[in-house]
Amino acid sequence: MNSSKNLKMFLIRNAVPIVFILVSAAAIPFSQFSADYLIQEMLVRLSRNSFLVLSLLVPIMAGMGLNFGMVLGAMAGQIGLIFVSDWNVVGLHGLVLAAIIATPLAIVFGWICGVVLNKARGREMVTSYILGFFMNGVYQLVVLYGFGAVVPISSPKLLLSRGYGIRNTLNLDTLRRCLDDLVRCEIAGIQIPLATFAVIGVFCLFILWFRRTKLGQDMRATGQDMAVAESAGIPVLHTRVISIVISTVLASYGQIIFLQNVGTLNTYNSHEQAGVFAIASLLVGGASVSRASILNVFVGVILFHLMFVVSPMAGKYLTGDAQIGEFFRVFVSYGIISLALVLHAWRRHADREAARAHFRGQNSDKEAK
Amino acid sequence: MQRVKKFIENVGWPRILIALFLLSLFVIAPFVGVRLDASINDTLVRFGMNGVLVLAMVPMVQSGCGLNFGLPLGIIAGLLGAVTSVELEVTGLAGVLTAMLIATPIAVFLGWCYGLLLNKVKGSEMMIATYVGFSSVAFMCIMWLALPYSSPNMVWGYAGRGLRTTISVEAFWQNAISRFASFRINEFLAVPTGMFIVFLLLCGAMSLFMRTRTGTAMTIVGSNPEYARASGVNIDKMRTLSVILSTWLGAIGIIMYEQSFGFIQLYMGPFYMAFPAVAAILIGGASVKKAGIVNVIVGTILFQGILTMTPSVINSMIQTDMSEVIRIIVSNGMILYALTRATKGRS
Repeated sequence: MNSSKNLKMFLIRNAVPIVFILVSAAAIPFSQFSADYLIQEMLVRLSRNSFLVLSLLVPIMAGMGLNFGMVLGAMAGQIGLIFVSDWNVVGLHGLVLAAIIATPLAIVFGWICGVVLNKARGREMVTSYILGFFMNGVYQLVVLYGFGAVVPISSPKLLLSRGYGIRNTLNLDTLRRCLDDLVRCEIAGIQIPLATFAVIGVFCLFILWFRRTKLGQDMRATGQDMAVAESAGIPVLHTRVISIVISTVLASYGQIIFLQNVGTLNTYNSHEQAGVFAIASLLVGGASVSRASILNVFVGVILFHLMFVVSPMAGKYLTGDAQIGEFFRVFVSYGIISLALVLHAWRRHADREAARAHFRGQNSDKEAK
Repeated sequence: MQRVKKFIENVGWPRILIALFLLSLFVIAPFVGVRLDASINDTLVRFGMNGVLVLAMVPMVQSGCGLNFGLPLGIIAGLLGAVTSVELEVTGLAGVLTAMLIATPIAVFLGWCYGLLLNKVKGSEMMIATYVGFSSVAFMCIMWLALPYSSPNMVWGYAGRGLRTTISVEAFWQNAISRFASFRINEFLAVPTGMFIVFLLLCGAMSLFMRTRTGTAMTIVGSNPEYARASGVNIDKMRTLSVILSTWLGAIGIIMYEQSFGFIQLYMGPFYMAFPAVAAILIGGASVKKAGIVNVIVGTILFQGILTMTPSVINSMIQTDMSEVIRIIVSNGMILYALTRATKGRS
């Protein structure tokens, strides 16, 4: 009885990843991809996306939910990359320089985001989401009209033909895969980007260490209950801002790693996609709005991107129409976020109702006696 | 001075700034070679097109469900109605009415399901509404391809199936409502009276409804749920009703939009359509918890006015099209302002 109850709890907790595994398992044979191809593809995507997804962990720890404001960090990373390609700093130096430029920008963005979210306590997610849109407008204003006009850009190759504003797509050939190919490693014909994984590994260690620090503990206390944390002398609002700043800075590095792998920067789109895909991946990995671990990140990235690679082809062979598969994966990425959000809110609502019923039940018991 | 201060406090700085901005655009317009009458014409048309979509925000805000970011759900019901009416080849006013008639049961059903869902997630309605909207749009992308529509006016020519991304309704019911009793002032300026009549009728009906027993109960549920519970109002039922109303207005709103615009936009078309409507009602002075008909009308005029005026005026001034960026910043800035304000008022 107890074990069946445990099993049930396990199934409920991990409903999302289980559904994903089943769907992918059913779709893989239809997609007609070879195992080698899929493994290679998953490794590439794991190295490409993990860092971005990991950047979401800190705000969840601080009880601020999914940080849709991570797109702000992605923007900072992109601005860094734009400067580096303008100054023509190549290879790893360029990458590090981009990160150095992005850091102060990301700190400022993160601070803005944190302050705004402190004003919208209880609806952080929707606010950070809209903030992402808002800053997207500001980013466009600066990059599309400011760069080349106010901010000096020397290379005409980056600019639109009218003389100012950055082109829609930038070729990052000089930076392409420079981190991935730093340490070459090939096993059975499958390339493994060791250096990137090393960076991701260091980051995981950082998170593990961070949880044990005073600041990390403060964040967890804040996440549990703001009022209690406040009375325990933790500067709650300040801690929340710091958690968002850390997340934003890490997201900017994540975006730089992502783009060095992809090799082209869609100046006005790359950051928008970063947010949706990272959040969907994390949720697919079994994380919830209030609880996420490093394991969730890796499981999520693999499962989400497996579906991402497989579904268009599977859809094509199943229905004879490639577009249906394409739309299907868009649907899944949004659907999975809705499902996870609904499950979380539902559980929280049910808990509250149960607490209320319990409270009432006790009262009526007393009256009966 | 005191009165001025009070006025500013009541109206709010962002609104005043936006109104002044719009006013200055209208003042500058003639000097940079933009025809004022043509601009007013565009503003009027856009006002009529978008009014009902903005009105759709009111019931859910009033019942405490927050801003309806899930408006695409209602829009989808409207699209289904519109597409079906084109498939049936009904033209003129009858075509629009057919579209609305078909859309209504779909909207009521979808709204009912959506309302039940939102009742389960009290407190995080807005975030979930956003994603419900997104996922339903993405789901319908598949359905537009798969549904068995076959009118050659709508499906892809070479495949013979799957609806096109934009479908023209010119041959069926473009301006069927707008044309009603419309009159022309000069070559550039015409008034789409029919659209205004329908919009104002709906506004009137909404304001009457809010005064009825049910409407008052709905407002109480939004402003003070505990009090509502104590006075025996069924909270969940009221909320569901408000969501159904919102969704239905969304469906009617998009049909109004299409009959004036002349095209049905499918696939990712409705994806971001909730945001302009949300921004408009907030610019009109609504908050996350309170919205009225005046907010709808003022907000739609201001927001659509800016959308019409910025491209033409700013374009002629600095030879650059910044309207898209300005639109993004103004609309999302307004939503952000409202979201951060509400907590302040509460605590």
